Amino acid sequence: MSNIAHSQRADDGAQDEVRRPSGLRLWAGYLRRDKKALFGTIVLGALIFGAVFAPWISPYDPNAMDFMMMEGPSLSHPLGIDDLGRDLFSRLLHGTQISLFVGISTVLLGMIAGVTLGVMAGYFGGWVDTIIMRYVDLQWAFPNFIIAVYLVAVFGTGLTNVIVAISLAYIDDFARIARGMVLTIKEEQYVDAARTLGASDSRIMWRHILPNAMAPIIVQATVSVSYAILAEAGLSFLGLGVQSDTPTWGLILADARSFISRAWWLGVFPGLFIMLTVLSINFIGDALRDVFDVREVTDVD
Amino acid sequence: MSGYLLRRFLGAIVVMWAVATLVFFMLRAVPGDPIGAMLFDVGDAQAIADLKAKLGLDQPVYVQYVKWFWLMLQGDLGNSIYGSRIEVSRIVLEALPRTLSLAFLSFVIAVAIAVPAGLISAIRKHSALDHAVTIFAFLGLAMPDFWLGIMLIIVFAANLHWLPAIGYTPLSEGFWPWFSHLILPSIAVGTPFAAIIARMIRSSMLEVLKTDYMNVARAKGLKKLRIILVHAFPNALIPVVTVMGIAVALLMAGAVVVENVFAIKGLGRVLIEGILNRDYPVVQGAILAVSAIFVFANLAVDMLYTVIDPRIRYES
Repeated sequence: MSNIAHSQRADDGAQDEVRRPSGLRLWAGYLRRDKKALFGTIVLGALIFGAVFAPWISPYDPNAMDFMMMEGPSLSHPLGIDDLGRDLFSRLLHGTQISLFVGISTVLLGMIAGVTLGVMAGYFGGWVDTIIMRYVDLQWAFPNFIIAVYLVAVFGTGLTNVIVAISLAYIDDFARIARGMVLTIKEEQYVDAARTLGASDSRIMWRHILPNAMAPIIVQATVSVSYAILAEAGLSFLGLGVQSDTPTWGLILADARSFISRAWWLGVFPGLFIMLTVLSINFIGDALRDVFDVREVTDVD
Repeated sequence: MSGYLLRRFLGAIVVMWAVATLVFFMLRAVPGDPIGAMLFDVGDAQAIADLKAKLGLDQPVYVQYVKWFWLMLQGDLGNSIYGSRIEVSRIVLEALPRTLSLAFLSFVIAVAIAVPAGLISAIRKHSALDHAVTIFAFLGLAMPDFWLGIMLIIVFAANLHWLPAIGYTPLSEGFWPWFSHLILPSIAVGTPFAAIIARMIRSSMLEVLKTDYMNVARAKGLKKLRIILVHAFPNALIPVVTVMGIAVALLMAGAVVVENVFAIKGLGRVLIEGILNRDYPVVQGAILAVSAIFVFANLAVDMLYTVIDPRIRYES
């Protein structure tokens, strides 16, 4: 958010003293007008709270087994008990940790790698651009999820490999957006001014161009977090993700498959957790797009 | 125009070659020796070395590449190294119609839901129906397709017993057996797709309805239905077709996961089983087949684009 204010300021640098409202206050004002963004912020806030404090607020140990098995939702176990007597709510709460962690870390990694490539391609042009974009275009032609599946096939399963695989699958999205932004911003006068003052290429790229290219990148990052969460759930569900004991949403669903005809709650609730998370992130992403006034991200070429 | 199409076709072939090459080298050149790791289960070092020699994996990578590529051009994708040692090309050819059936039916179902939903919500903007469509679109995008598949099985197969829960029957054994096995998985794959298309149709219809030629059509006193279906809708479809390529990506990715829910042995199931069995020739073959469908579906979308929008003529 500060970047937008920054970009407006860049035009008339003399008014540096003008106070701009903080990002948080802007957002709070926006929420009053947009019910969906409000819903998203509250739900995501609750999920983040649940994830951070899961060890303290979850009613049971997520892996503690009990002889009481396959019980439906009740007062003591609000979302029911699974086939091994484990409390479903506690497991899903701990799953939130992993899902959000994977979602955020993969997008951060993919964003850093993709933006670096995209900025370099856009700034240097020529053969750097050609080499980078040939690869990016190739990857762009394929669904991210299929790329992630193939990368897991190459690297092997497990949490770290899943994170690496999903992040690599996102490189093309960020590279394309960053490159497109750099191509426009490169022509601005303040870039020429910086160059005249003797600023180095890397200083111009990272200090002068990138901050002004951040708005669409942030919007893309938000949307990507929700896709990354779906991708992780999908990989875990297929048995390619995090292994055995760890309670991830996808894995809980995969385990539940054999019992769903007898225990509907094992199938319904993990999916609802995934859906609520993705829904709230998408709402926030739409709101950010509105606030930043970014066109549909897929339009950026 | 044929020049353009020829160039696009050659481009698609180059992409396929690049993908095949990347797929080949990633399994061999990535540090950590992925194929070695896959063969780990075979037994002691000697057994692994013997198997590697038999598979030609002891030769220099570029020799392997040329050999592999030459065989692939002849349709020979090698043999599975797991279980029955069956030819990969046979596995792929058996799986192909299943995945194509699923993807095709998902497409049909998605369009059948999305077109009326998008049209209604654009015409009756801000009505209750419009809100319902918007909510459906948001939920459809947020719902994991494999979870939707499980929910459909619980409701329509396990409880109502209307449709079979899992499996696949070829079309040659009759339309209904084929169709009934594919309805639930197609809904699971098609729903996110329908959500995207419905939203696209809504927003592009709203754009078109604002234009001058819409006013002209209304001023001429044309019937409302005619204005919408004949004058507005075809123009509103153009931006929708542009994102079809992305949508095809979604269908393929969806099919890969959902096949596993419904135990349909299509390319997705073959791919995942290949990975879990550490069967690298099968993984290679399946990923190449998925890529090929994808690349040529995109090509088809491009051609469709020229048909739908007569203003576009690809002359150089």
